[in-house]
Amino acid sequence: MRTFKSLLFIFIFSFFSYNGTAAERTHELLNPEWSFKGFFGKFDRASPQRGYQVYTEVCAACHSMKYLSYRNLSEPGGPEFTKEQAKIIASQFEVTDGPNSDGEMFTRAARLSDNFVGPYENMQAATAANGGAYPPDMSVLVKARKGGADYIYSLLLGYEEPPEGIVLDDGVYYNKYMAGNKIKMSNPLSDGIVEYLDGTPATEDQMAKDVTSFLAWAAEPHLEARHKIGFRALIYLFIMTILVYFSMKKLWSRIESKI
Amino acid sequence: MSDHNYTPKSKFGKWFNDRLPLLSLANHLTDYPTPKNLNYWWTFGGILTFCLITQIITGLILAMHYIAHADLAFESVEHIMRNVNYGWLIRYVHANGASMFFLAVYIHIFRSLYYGSYKAPREIIWILGMIIYVLMMAAAFMGYVLPWGQMSFWGATVITNLFSAIPLVGESIVTWLWGGYSVDNPTLTRFFSLHYLIPFLILGLVVLHIWALHVPGNNNPIGIDLKKPSNDTVPFHPYIVVKDLFALLLFLIVFAFFVFYSPNILGHADNYIEANPMVTPAHIVPEWYLLPFYAILRSVPDKLLGVVAMFAAIFVLVILPWLDTSKVRSAIFRPLYKQFYWFLVADVLILGYVGAMPAEGLYLLVARVATAYYFLHFLVILPVLGLKEKTLEVPLSLTEPVLGGSPNEAMARSKKEF
Repeated sequence: MRTFKSLLFIFIFSFFSYNGTAAERTHELLNPEWSFKGFFGKFDRASPQRGYQVYTEVCAACHSMKYLSYRNLSEPGGPEFTKEQAKIIASQFEVTDGPNSDGEMFTRAARLSDNFVGPYENMQAATAANGGAYPPDMSVLVKARKGGADYIYSLLLGYEEPPEGIVLDDGVYYNKYMAGNKIKMSNPLSDGIVEYLDGTPATEDQMAKDVTSFLAWAAEPHLEARHKIGFRALIYLFIMTILVYFSMKKLWSRIESKI
Repeated sequence: MSDHNYTPKSKFGKWFNDRLPLLSLANHLTDYPTPKNLNYWWTFGGILTFCLITQIITGLILAMHYIAHADLAFESVEHIMRNVNYGWLIRYVHANGASMFFLAVYIHIFRSLYYGSYKAPREIIWILGMIIYVLMMAAAFMGYVLPWGQMSFWGATVITNLFSAIPLVGESIVTWLWGGYSVDNPTLTRFFSLHYLIPFLILGLVVLHIWALHVPGNNNPIGIDLKKPSNDTVPFHPYIVVKDLFALLLFLIVFAFFVFYSPNILGHADNYIEANPMVTPAHIVPEWYLLPFYAILRSVPDKLLGVVAMFAAIFVLVILPWLDTSKVRSAIFRPLYKQFYWFLVADVLILGYVGAMPAEGLYLLVARVATAYYFLHFLVILPVLGLKEKTLEVPLSLTEPVLGGSPNEAMARSKKEF
């Protein structure tokens, strides 16, 4: 009976550590050290800042990030640009506003309160411009893919020449981490495609890391607050549990039998 | 509530209590004699009450910011996650709270199965509990639809389509449920409405569940009737209250780990992709707590029979008090039942596991065997076991042999005659 029960518990734990559906991926995802993982995980400010640069100069040509606002860029827990920097970033984009008192729509420079301006008017326009494959909105992309940040990072570095015998159509590329290995996005990164403002050498790996940590922040903008509050909540719960445990022991000691 | 010889001390208290006996109720609840040998598996009732109230409060706040519209729902959830003060915390507590609620309810149900808490005179408590469980599943399913992600949409499509298996009127029922010819805005708005309603139905049923519990009192690990109040019982307050609180805090530590450190691990990544009726996800899987039933559904090749099997899986639980013929409640005194109990636990876990896997090959075979065993357990093993099993000797009271004359004497004697 005892062995049966312990087997059962092993089964339960393996059940819980198992996550979601079995995705048929042929390759193990790359798994770099992310500063934002773990109990005290935080974003390494410079990385999502550089990542934002990669996003605007490379990804934003096709991918929108419609749930973010320019003000988010200067908020605590993210890239933490200064407010002035965020204002300058916003002002580089044009948004349609209105109607004004004459009933006319007009364009103006974006402000901190505006959402990120996307490359296309709508999903259909984006799909049509990209050979029938909609470039997904990147606001929550890291949470919308199994494997999260590891997956995005791996995908960016997963472009390869197709193995013998695989014929690719025009506009289709081979990526060893993509489900089915066929992807309609050409390899977006190449060494030096971005010139980092802080002088960091823009290697493919560096850019992939930076843009992924920017996207990880974008998908979970309150991650740092969550980790911080979580740690405090756990400390509080541990102390409370110990106090209640001893109160319980004291109370129950009045009853002759043990609990 | 038979222990009604309480009179409030103050004059106003007496005046008030004669008109509305709230003070008598409070007195009953604090003095309520509880078996002193209850173990930690008995703390999940309190934990579940906590879960329900947490879901209602967090849900109330989410509903202030959520927009039930097919074009706006996904965006409004992102608005909650990004712009609402501590919106991320409230949503993660609510989403993981549902999983914690089910974790607790499964422990609560399996505790009842082990110690025979569903047996006479507690059948009504058990049936009320089963109704609560079914409503919980309905609420959880509809709640999962509200963020209007890919899994929301396709989960809703798959589950509502089950009703199309009903002969003749199936298709019409599905159209009626959807409010149209596919899952769309009318479906979302009615699911939101019902998702808001059901927790309050559950709350009402919980009151009845506890009321029905307070008539015979708690079962206990030994499974015998105790004289109440006696040396075998302790007043609910402070003894059980403090113990429940301790267990709740341990539970909250687990809860907090999920909320703060892996808030999305129990969900599916696809639900962060906005619903798109034109794109079907590779695998449509329900939330983990529905997987055993999903496995039963898929293990039957015929659609209608699959649906019937799934509902029958719940129905056999409802009639369990009459399927189990054993007079002895606790598995402690039922050596054979104890083994079958653990087989059932393993069986349900296996069903949950294969429910998450594609329904093909070995998985499908395992699902079929596990489904068959599930019904075998309830429909054959339990009725036969109750008649054939040689049970161990049941003690007369917790403090036996010091005290005699407990109400179990007759039962124990009749056991000896076997």
